Amino acid sequence: MTHGISIQLNNFLAAFILLTSFALLAQRRIYGLLVIFAWQGFFLSLSSAIVAYTADIRHLYVSAALTLLLKVIVLPYILYALINKLNIFREVEPLVNIPTTMLIGVALVIFSYHLTAPVRELSTLFTRTTLAVALSTVLLGFLMMITRKKAVTQVIGFLAMENGLFFAATSATYGMPLVVELGVALDILIAALIFGIFIFQIRTTFDTLDLTEMEKLKEDS
Amino acid sequence: MNILEQLLTEAMQIALTALAAPLFVGWVRMLKCWSQGRRAPGILQPYRNLLKLFSKDILLAENASWVFRATPYVVFGTILMAGSVIPVISSELPLSASADIIALVALFGIARFFTALAGMDVGTSFGGMGSSREMMIASLAEPAVLMTAFTVSLFSHSTSLSVIVKYVQGLSFFLSPSMAFVFFAFILIMLAETGRVPVDNPVTHLELTMIHEGMILEYSGRHLALMEWAGMMKLFVFSSLGIALFSPWGIASDVAGVPFALLLVALKLTAIGVIVVLIETGMAKMRIFRVPEFLGTAFLLATLGMLSHFMLE
Amino acid sequence: MLIVSLLGVSLFFAAVLAFVGDRRFAPELNVVASLTSFVISVALALDVYRGGPSVVAGEYFFVDSFSVYLVVLTTFVSATTAYFSKNYMRFERAHGKVSGGKMRFYHAMYQLFIFAMLLALLANNVGILWISMELATLATVLLVSLYRNPSSVEAAWKYFILCGVGIALALFGTILLYFAAEKVVGQGVQGLLWTNLIKINAKLEPRVLALAFIFFMVGYGTKVGLVPLHNWLPDAHSEGPTPVSAVLSGLLLNIALYALIRCKVLVNMAIGGDWAGKIMMGFGLISMVIAALSLYRQKDIKRMFAYSSIEHMGISTFAFGLGGPIATFGGLLHMLMHSLTKSSIFYTAGHASQIYGTQSMAHIRGLIRANPKVGWGLMFGVLAIAGAPPFGLFASEFLIITAAMKTTPVLMPVILFALVVAFAALFRKAQPMVFGDPTHKREDVNFGSLPVYLHMALVLFLGVYIPVFLQNWFLGAVEILK
Repeated sequence: MTHGISIQLNNFLAAFILLTSFALLAQRRIYGLLVIFAWQGFFLSLSSAIVAYTADIRHLYVSAALTLLLKVIVLPYILYALINKLNIFREVEPLVNIPTTMLIGVALVIFSYHLTAPVRELSTLFTRTTLAVALSTVLLGFLMMITRKKAVTQVIGFLAMENGLFFAATSATYGMPLVVELGVALDILIAALIFGIFIFQIRTTFDTLDLTEMEKLKEDS
Repeated sequence: MNILEQLLTEAMQIALTALAAPLFVGWVRMLKCWSQGRRAPGILQPYRNLLKLFSKDILLAENASWVFRATPYVVFGTILMAGSVIPVISSELPLSASADIIALVALFGIARFFTALAGMDVGTSFGGMGSSREMMIASLAEPAVLMTAFTVSLFSHSTSLSVIVKYVQGLSFFLSPSMAFVFFAFILIMLAETGRVPVDNPVTHLELTMIHEGMILEYSGRHLALMEWAGMMKLFVFSSLGIALFSPWGIASDVAGVPFALLLVALKLTAIGVIVVLIETGMAKMRIFRVPEFLGTAFLLATLGMLSHFMLE
Repeated sequence: MLIVSLLGVSLFFAAVLAFVGDRRFAPELNVVASLTSFVISVALALDVYRGGPSVVAGEYFFVDSFSVYLVVLTTFVSATTAYFSKNYMRFERAHGKVSGGKMRFYHAMYQLFIFAMLLALLANNVGILWISMELATLATVLLVSLYRNPSSVEAAWKYFILCGVGIALALFGTILLYFAAEKVVGQGVQGLLWTNLIKINAKLEPRVLALAFIFFMVGYGTKVGLVPLHNWLPDAHSEGPTPVSAVLSGLLLNIALYALIRCKVLVNMAIGGDWAGKIMMGFGLISMVIAALSLYRQKDIKRMFAYSSIEHMGISTFAFGLGGPIATFGGLLHMLMHSLTKSSIFYTAGHASQIYGTQSMAHIRGLIRANPKVGWGLMFGVLAIAGAPPFGLFASEFLIITAAMKTTPVLMPVILFALVVAFAALFRKAQPMVFGDPTHKREDVNFGSLPVYLHMALVLFLGVYIPVFLQNWFLGAVEILK
């Protein structure tokens, strides 16, 4: 594989990651969300593997494998099991309608493009162009978290944010040192488990997963 | 190319648009029949339909105004004009310089505007309903179309179709995410603009779902023939636009290459027909209220294409 | 060696308590564990006091006078809180609010939480700092929802989501920092070590660091609870069991601020001038004012003190943003005083709400007669936290104001306004709770008053007189943060 083709492939995957971030915002079905999330993880892992190969960085292979395991298999499976167990088949309910969310999303992409400009100028890595996509993924995940009512969708938004962070590490620096990478992965796994516990707790205490029900804690109550 | 050759290719281009369009539609319908397990009426059936309609008398509503009568000619003319500027057999079309990709969008806009007017002119409820729906779709499709056009022209730094074609022909192979996005956006737009299945159903006359058919319900005879023909040409024109933008290989730059270009175009159109039918068979027509989202997706894809052009290429 | 054993103790006891946390002796074991940590941390502090900063275990850990000061504070407050939690959690269990399994969970997570905080303070690696901050959040998030009632689940969810988002942004900042360092030292762990980063800071690219600091500010600022990123804090700090509230307010906020200060020092060195400090001042000032004004509207006792934590974190952030020896000294002292006072207030507030069976301030009346020890404890606590002389918070606030007067006199009215408003609000709310007519519904609680009086005595003592060794210690820290 020549350098030129890996750049193109990596850019292509970056574009697909961006596409999946938007798809997460647009998707109405929870199962659909899971599938898209798994795809995003897949593209991410593939992209890291390409970077690992091209730049010849061993530990990035570990990260890529970890991503594949965690983001494509384990987490979607846990969420899938959770959804089945709790019978959450209803559609995703957005707080803000989807077209508006999309427009905000586009604005966020432009914003992150400008924000990462200094890094892009300074970097000599071939992945530097994808950093803007990484930051966009983080911000779009964030957007998803704040515009959705259901707990499960918020969880997926959170995990998408983490995907973006991982991607950022790969594109800005060919990945953080392995210790950090492993620690972060561990934290995410624990976070996902806690999310699972939480969703049960919310379900049992509120009898719904609609977070708009959770408005007891106001200043004057 | 000297002026004579240019005129010759231009004439061929116009003739191709007008004459091959029914053939293309016939091919699509035939495929559709096959895909549904029916026997096809033959690839030439659209020609027979047109001939039949041309030989019939015109029945006009009492209160039809000149708009109603003029519309078929205007629509036919504009679409033919659109077809004449798309360099599909030769990139040296003289008329291509007169209208760029934005003018092309405007030409479609004129045709659509008159069709909608005519739909309302007679004052039947179906016509009005069709017109209003058509305009809703149009207003949503327009931004997506323009965004697609911009993204494509970003590559060649020109909105002229000839320049775009030549530029894309000169590129060596590379993976371009923006082109991929724009390509998908274009397919969605094409389905919406030509009234194909997920948005409109070209064969239905069911009151609640028809859009384009609703507007031309009052037409008969020659008028109807022209409207139908224009509709066929529109599908053809969009397909050739797709060829010109995304797969311009083989488009000739001199007269000698034209026969080969014609052959390639025929092959590409055959393939496009298959794709269109595959999409139509694979999808169900969506509720009218889902159409905004459909076109929103197209717009988003085109925008993403533009963004990734800046960000990643 | 001390560092490793310090971390080991809490991790070991976390594992042990996960199995025996519901036994009768478990609360005592928890106290023993925390006390052991405290003793080791004092030994560590003496080491640093005599031998200066040190880097150990393959550069993974390091201590200097700044971090060791927070280490001692953390272990001390966690030990006293463990002592307080002994009676408090027994009461909760006796009243059927928590089950045996939850007690195991509670005790294990308590120690894990301490471990995470100590790791954050002792780690030499910016990435590990991030991981341990996240771990601290994760350890406490299920403690907040320990009671499983709607409001606590809601609070914990908010806490989790907002802090998760915040800390994700901090990770992005860390990536950017690593990017800048990698240009200088190349791939590998070297690029994330504080000790290294400080050495090479002149070569770090200022623009990237400035960008990184924005992410750190928003990320760790969320965990500090700075306005406008504070939304989760009052909920999380008021809905969990009181010992958890005490350590969250008293300790975790400090740790987050510690991370922010470290980043600020680095960024300021790299880009020259005091750009990062100004941003911190801005956030601090807004937090002070908004939190002080919010105090008036509170009806829940723990919620009110949570807002007071935001206010005090705002003051500390402002002080560290201001920089300079006096303000930094004041900031350090303020962190210490706030931790001691706020945890002590939560002890009394927790018992007060146990006595009346509610956290609503309208129903807590006449504590002084219901339980004089709790009543006086609360009163002293409120006086101290409001900044009344001769308590320590007066001294630290005085120092900060003096420094601010010199450099930014324009901001003086704002600061004074916030302080006065906070004082008035706290006093007005606390007065009827302590001295009002007692309401009927009451429960007897077994109040272990030792932690409260210990904390208050320390606050009072340090308000009047700062011993020489503490002064030297702080001056050492000030030197580091210059």
